[in-house]
This record gives sequence, structure tokens and C-alpha cells, in this order.
Amino acid sequence: MSTEQNGSGLSLFRAGSGGGRGPSAYALFNPPPVDKVAVEERAAALATRSIKKAAKVAGLKLAVSMMDLTTLEGKDTPGKVRQLCQKAMRPLDSDPSIGPCAAICVYPNLVPVAKATLAGSTVKVASVATAFPSGQSPLSIKLDDTRRAVELGADEIDMVIDRGAMLTGDYAKVFDEIAATKEACGAAHLKVILETGELGSYDVVRRASDLAIAAGADFIKTSTGKIQPAATLPVTLVMLEAIRDYYYASGRRIGMKPAGGVRTAKQSLQYLVLLRETLGDAWLTPDLFRFGASALLNDVLMQLEKERTGAYQASEDFSKD
Amino acid sequence: MEGKKKTQEAERTSDRPSVTGDAPMTRGESRGKAKARLRVAKAYKMYVGGAFVRSESGRYFQVESAKGHADADADVVNVPRGSRKDVRDAVLAAKNALGGWEKRTPFNRGQILYRLAEVMESRRAELVESIARAGGALEDAEREVEAAIDRAVYYAGWADKVSGVVASHNPVSGPHFGFSLPEPMGVVCVLAPERPSLLGLLSTTLPVITGGNTCVALASAEDPRTAIVFSECLATSDLPGGVLNVLTGHADELAPVMAKHREVIAIDAWLVDADLRAKVQAEGADNVKRVKVRVPMDPDSWLDERRGQGLSWIERHLETKTVWHPMGV
Repeated sequence: MSTEQNGSGLSLFRAGSGGGRGPSAYALFNPPPVDKVAVEERAAALATRSIKKAAKVAGLKLAVSMMDLTTLEGKDTPGKVRQLCQKAMRPLDSDPSIGPCAAICVYPNLVPVAKATLAGSTVKVASVATAFPSGQSPLSIKLDDTRRAVELGADEIDMVIDRGAMLTGDYAKVFDEIAATKEACGAAHLKVILETGELGSYDVVRRASDLAIAAGADFIKTSTGKIQPAATLPVTLVMLEAIRDYYYASGRRIGMKPAGGVRTAKQSLQYLVLLRETLGDAWLTPDLFRFGASALLNDVLMQLEKERTGAYQASEDFSKD
Repeated sequence: MEGKKKTQEAERTSDRPSVTGDAPMTRGESRGKAKARLRVAKAYKMYVGGAFVRSESGRYFQVESAKGHADADADVVNVPRGSRKDVRDAVLAAKNALGGWEKRTPFNRGQILYRLAEVMESRRAELVESIARAGGALEDAEREVEAAIDRAVYYAGWADKVSGVVASHNPVSGPHFGFSLPEPMGVVCVLAPERPSLLGLLSTTLPVITGGNTCVALASAEDPRTAIVFSECLATSDLPGGVLNVLTGHADELAPVMAKHREVIAIDAWLVDADLRAKVQAEGADNVKRVKVRVPMDPDSWLDERRGQGLSWIERHLETKTVWHPMGV
């Protein structure tokens, strides 16, 4: 093995491109074990921080600008996607200072609709690909899926990893598929969904995070939203720490996207605290942090209106995307 | 042989008085003297979303018991002093419970209210004791509890008859049917009168939920413990969590918050303080709530079957939906 050249963690990542194939190529790919109790304690401790008044408003506005408004259902129609795009561009009629959101996340067939509706705005179009949500299809189909989505106009691709391969220890397959998908993306940004709810332990999450980052991910993302549990604070912390360690080793900033399960304004602030405390101010931007959500936006808008008017809001007063 | 010997030994041991206590005592002594026992006092909590909770603010206010009360409570007990955020949480719980409650058949809502009466009947002594320890005469307390149980049965009976009595088939000039149908409004807040603490709370909240609304009520501050015992009846009846939420605290603090909350569609406030009544009306104007503020009736009126209950109490918190349907289709 010629991969342990400079003693830094960086050399480990080169193993993937070194010609070797199969699990043995990753013998040195050895992420640190995750202390379950410490991670959960730290996430819980940071979640108790109280954020009020001006800081709360600033945090919630930032959260809106980081949101990937998502609709990934079999019943999605062009009409619904257009509606969602309008909401992403101007989340609250009465207040233009809120938003726009970061992106719209849809299935590939609806990318052209979103693209056309969002023309001229800063809102990006993200598309899921690679046989979302299971990822259980041959690689050629996944790559086709990805290329088509990019051709249709997607700025960002949200891919899923093959969790079956991850759990059986076939890390090479996982790595290669991510790398191949990255290549198929071309200029489009790649977000890699680990589906942490299916990975079983924080150690596997950490390993999958390191793998995805090494294979070329621009973002790592917790979940598809189709599996419970989806995003949680501890699992996000584990992934943020993988990003931090990679940044120390390489100087490159990888983005993070918790998705699924973030429903309330309070939760979104807890994630921002976790982000700020783990990675610092540089990550407090939509370029490096996103929320994958649909129900979250309305709750954040209700809280912002509550701060402005002093009255608790009624859910009926906010459009159901 | 060996086995038998052991058995005899065991028998003899069990004959001996226990010597595990602080002082060895003979059997006669332990039987004759009542053993001193630390009684378990209850931590009083509010009833929100089907669970008993403390105030998120951690605040309490104190209520006193009448002299010579027989329960395990201290003479002065702490009761949660609900806050703005407790109102917020309770309204959210009521909002979440609304869909399930209004979709139940009116007959089923009646069954559940009747079940509440059953549970109250079996806890009758506890309810009486609770009212009495807050300073009422025992006979009055008994009368109040009986009236309260009867009132639960009364509204249980109304549940599946309201629509039949209130709905109408309207004469219209054209080939159409016109129907007007009562529907629940949504989340209704109730500020219950101070006295009678049980009957007042029950008479103001049960008609609200009978019509399919969900409710957040602020209990009497003079006797909040009876409202909490009543909440225990709610919790052990089949009423789904969140349909009726009972907060304890001060009306002057919480009434304006309830009136201002935009999710709250109606407020029924029984308040002595005229300034507070005016404030509730003013705050409720923002989302055009149905606001009803009233000076509490005298305690006897609540017992009166003509003044303290009726169909109009249910109708007050119903919306009317009118539909036109072409004839001959």
C-alpha cells in the first residue's frame, strides 16, 4: 500500500482512485469510532440554548434562505411544483425581506417545470436521482437517471447511496457509485444521501460520511424523508464532525443537509446552533448548509409573524404550498 | 428427613415477629398500635394534550385547604401557574386534536361524554371532598357534583340530536334544495367562572366539545384543584387527548393571550373584572373571533337546569354551512 504518504488523513482518500478495488483497497480507510453517549449528550446540550428576539428573527430568516423546499410524491403535478416555486421565491406575501429559499427539490420529470417557473430568480433546482429512494438499481440506470436530470436542467443532484452495500461492507461499491455519479453530474452539485435511519449506528454513519466526501460529494445529506427516523441532531453532529475533520485535513469545505423530521422553527434554530458550534461561521450560508423540508417553512413563517405582530398565528393563514 | 426438618425451621421463623424495624417489638405491640405512615401528597398538574404537565415556566401559585380537611395534602399546596407558552402549547394540542374529534360521529361523541359521567360518578366522593376542602359546605358540594354529573349526561344526550334540531331545509325560489347544517368552529377558549369550580367549568366546556370543537379552558383560580381532579376524570374517560385541555393560573395574565391567539376561533370568558372583559374584547378583534364576555352568574343559577344548560350553549359555538343542491339529479 502506497497510500500512507504524508501521514495526514488525506492520503486515505486517494485509496479509491489508486486502482485497487474491493474492500481491501480501503483497509486504511479507518474512521474514528463515535462515542454514542457523548454525541447524544452534546447534541442535547446544544439544543437547550435559548435564542430570543432579534437573534431568533435573524436565525429564522437564515433558515428560510437555507431551505430546500421539497416535494417528492407520486402525486406531484406541474401545478403543485409551480406553486411551490412561487412560495420559494416569495415565502411570505407581506414581507419581501424573508427568503428566497435556496432551492426546490423535485423528481426529474418535474425539473423543467421548476426550471421554467424559477427563471430569473436565485432559487436553484435540485433533483433526486440514482433510483431514489432505494438506490437498488444497476449503476448504469442510476447514471442515466443522473445525466437525464442534469440535461433537464437540474442545478443540484441528490443521490442515494446503496445502503445494502454499505451494510455488507462493500465500501468499494458505494465509493465507486458516488464517484461515477459525481462524474455524471458534470457542473451540477452533488448531494449524497446516506439515509442514516437505515445505517444502524453512528459508526456506520461516520464511515459513510467519510466515504461520500472522499468520493467527491459537495454535500452530505442525512435522509430521503421516506424512512423514520430521518434527520436527528446527534446524527447531524456526527456528519458535521466528519466534515470538520475533512476540512482540517484538506482545507475543502463540504456542505451539510439534514432532511426529513425538521418540522418546527425551534428545531431549525437548534440545527443552526449545532452547525455554528461544530463548523463555525463560515458554514452559516446556503452554499454550505441546507434544510430539506416541506412543513418547516410554514412553521418558521408563523414564528416570524409572531415576532413581528406579537400574536400567535393560525396555520390557516399560511398557504399550504 | 432432612427436607422435613428444614420446613419446620421455616415455619418457626415465620412465626416470629419481624425484627427488621428500628426497635424490636412483640406481635401484640405491632398489632395494637397504628403504624405511622407518610401519606403521599399529590403534585397538581395541568391537563394538556391528554397528559398532566407542569407549567413550562416552572411557576406555581398557592391555594389553601379548609381547616380539618381529611386528604393527604398540606394545608397550603402549589398549583401550576400557567404561562403564555402553556396557552400556546395547549392551543396547539387542541388544534391537533380537532380533526379527529370533529370527524367522530356525533353518536360516538355522546357515548364518550356519557362515559365521562360514569367516571365522575365513581369518583363522586373525591370530587365532593375536593370542592369541600376549598371552602364549601359539604351539602353544597354534593349538590354541585350531582348537578355536574347530570349535566355531562345532558350534553351526552344532545350530541347526536343537535344537528337534527338546528339544521334546516330552507325554502328557496328555484329548482334547488337549500340545507343549512351546523359545523364545529375550531379551537375555543373558555375562562371558567371562579365558583362553582366544578359545575362552572363543566357547564362552559362540555357544550363546546359536544358540538365537535376542541377546547382550552382556564380553571377557577380560587379552587383549581377540583378542576384537576375533574381532569383526572377526563383522562380516564374515553375522551381523546387534546380535546379538552385544562390550564390553571391567573385570568388577568392568560385571558389576553387567549384572546390574541389567532388560532383560537372563539372565546367564552366569565370574568368579574370589567377592565379585563374590555381587554379580551379588544384583543379578540384582530382575527374577528367570536368573543363572548360575561359577568359570572350567581352559584345557584349554575345549578338551575333552565339557566345553566341548554341547546343554546351548544349552538353558540357552531358555524352554519348552507349548501344548495339542484333538484332532480
